[in-house]
Amino acid sequence: MSLAVETPPKNYELLPKDSCDGAVEGDLLEVSMGPQHPSTHGVFRMNVVLDGERVVKLKPVFGYLHRNHEKIAENTSYLGSMPYTDRLDYFCSLTNNWAYAMAVEKLAGLQPPERAEYIRVITAELTRLQNHTCLVGFLMQDMGASGTPLMYAFREREKILDLFESLTGARMMCNYMRFGGCRCDLPPGWIEGARQVADEYPRFLDEFERLLSENEILLARTQGVGVLPRELAVNSSVTGPMLRASGVNYDIRKVDKYGIYDRFSFRVPLGEQGDTFDRYMIRLLEMRESLKILRAALDDIPPGPIMDPKVKIRGFRPKPGEAYGRIEAPKGELGFYLISDGSPNPYRYRVRPPSLINLTILEDMCLGHIVADVVVILGSVDIVLGEVDR
Amino acid sequence: MENLDQIKSRIESAVSGARIEIVRNDSPSAQHSLLVDNDHAVAIAGFLRGDPQLQFDYCSNVTGVDWPDAETSEKVKVKKVVDGVEKEVEEVKKTIRPGFLEAVYHLYSMELKHGPVILRLRTENRTDKNHLPSLTPIWRGAEFQEREIFDLFGIIFGGHPDLRRILMWDEYKDHPMRKDYVEPDDYEYEPTPHDEVLEKTKRHHPEGATT
Repeated sequence: MSLAVETPPKNYELLPKDSCDGAVEGDLLEVSMGPQHPSTHGVFRMNVVLDGERVVKLKPVFGYLHRNHEKIAENTSYLGSMPYTDRLDYFCSLTNNWAYAMAVEKLAGLQPPERAEYIRVITAELTRLQNHTCLVGFLMQDMGASGTPLMYAFREREKILDLFESLTGARMMCNYMRFGGCRCDLPPGWIEGARQVADEYPRFLDEFERLLSENEILLARTQGVGVLPRELAVNSSVTGPMLRASGVNYDIRKVDKYGIYDRFSFRVPLGEQGDTFDRYMIRLLEMRESLKILRAALDDIPPGPIMDPKVKIRGFRPKPGEAYGRIEAPKGELGFYLISDGSPNPYRYRVRPPSLINLTILEDMCLGHIVADVVVILGSVDIVLGEVDR
Repeated sequence: MENLDQIKSRIESAVSGARIEIVRNDSPSAQHSLLVDNDHAVAIAGFLRGDPQLQFDYCSNVTGVDWPDAETSEKVKVKKVVDGVEKEVEEVKKTIRPGFLEAVYHLYSMELKHGPVILRLRTENRTDKNHLPSLTPIWRGAEFQEREIFDLFGIIFGGHPDLRRILMWDEYKDHPMRKDYVEPDDYEYEPTPHDEVLEKTKRHHPEGATT
């Protein structure tokens, strides 16, 4: 076996101030960005060491929103954790629900009915649309385009949140899916409403792209900034749009074909450079592919039950064993790892948070850039602190 | 993808001295795992990543599991002399499985798009021999997740480049995800004078109750 084991770069120790080549003593400045900084998307902190305005070292600091979600889930029933998964990535509660439901379904060997699978795909793609739209809005806000792009994004997001509200009763904390199906059926007129949103969305995307994509400031601030090489992305377990922006063709909807994703034809957009502009563009392209899936699913959705009637979701006791279920959430691979010992509570409950793991390479992307670029690079990673800190 | 038995035998022929055991999983997910010995774990991980037919270049999920001492009891029939007569008496035989901490790695291949293969590493016990080799040199994606295991379970990963607490603060003493974890009476350095906090403190330290 001849495999050269790569060691991670050795930039973990803070350099003594006088050992920096050619630098005058006292030249390096240590700045703590966050946790109250508005550009860190929540209570996230970065300890940045600066040489002038260049970043020499960057250490992320987590835990300000830590409430030990996993321990709480181990002390409650399987069903009891479902509403709490909404609070992980509070932008995408429906995909969180799906990932958890899928892990439990793998653990207990359940198969949701056909109609429920369609509803899951529809709601997941709507979630992806509003997540990516907002992300672009936030990214522009970080870049200094105050207000307009974010408000345009929020205007479209409202329409999707209204759909969620009429379906689940809640705009963000949906608590909608159950192991073995979904909680309630679509209300009358919902499909037409969703179809209208899907039909009007491309016009908004065109407008958004005309407004932003060729903007000189956006190009100057994003192209060649925060390049993530392909090998590093794979080795660091980066997933989701960030990985595909680096040119790796890995979409779990295509790889695992979970649910009914093998019935839809859609393409996986890939980036070439792996810079911030690619990460921005991938999201816009992915939204168009999501719309394709959404329209096909809305056309094909069959009538029928939405819940497997044999599943006892209250007093649910799966047989001893373990399962890992994962889906392609808007931010990356969201996985749930469950161990059952036959009791009503999971023995071990683990969330694989894509936001946290995508931050592994934050330092590598930021080194050598100026502080203002750090804000933009972090914005393009797409983190939600509810999921990073759990 | 090759099945788990083939992978096991190929690892054993490639990494000399490796001891591997297949841990069965009876649930419908049927995700069986490989229990790997700690001395060869890094070499095995390197083989799994580098082998052209496997190419597990993507370490998706790393997590810890706490298994405290478990008592299993089974009924055994023993022959005994009772009142001068030999009788068959049922006795409960208790065996104690010593506790350990476990690290679980879920591996996938982005190149060949298969997986998962699940690796398990076990510590000798839960108190002083809680060391495991770190697989971060092979997959950097394990860096934050191993730090999280160190923080919440107390497994010490040898060879990890930056093993610090990640979610709890640095001064924190205990490991919250362990099954026998007791929540501190008060998160302040000194108990704040609230009745319920003082009550809890008295329960845990009856002799030295502070004001």
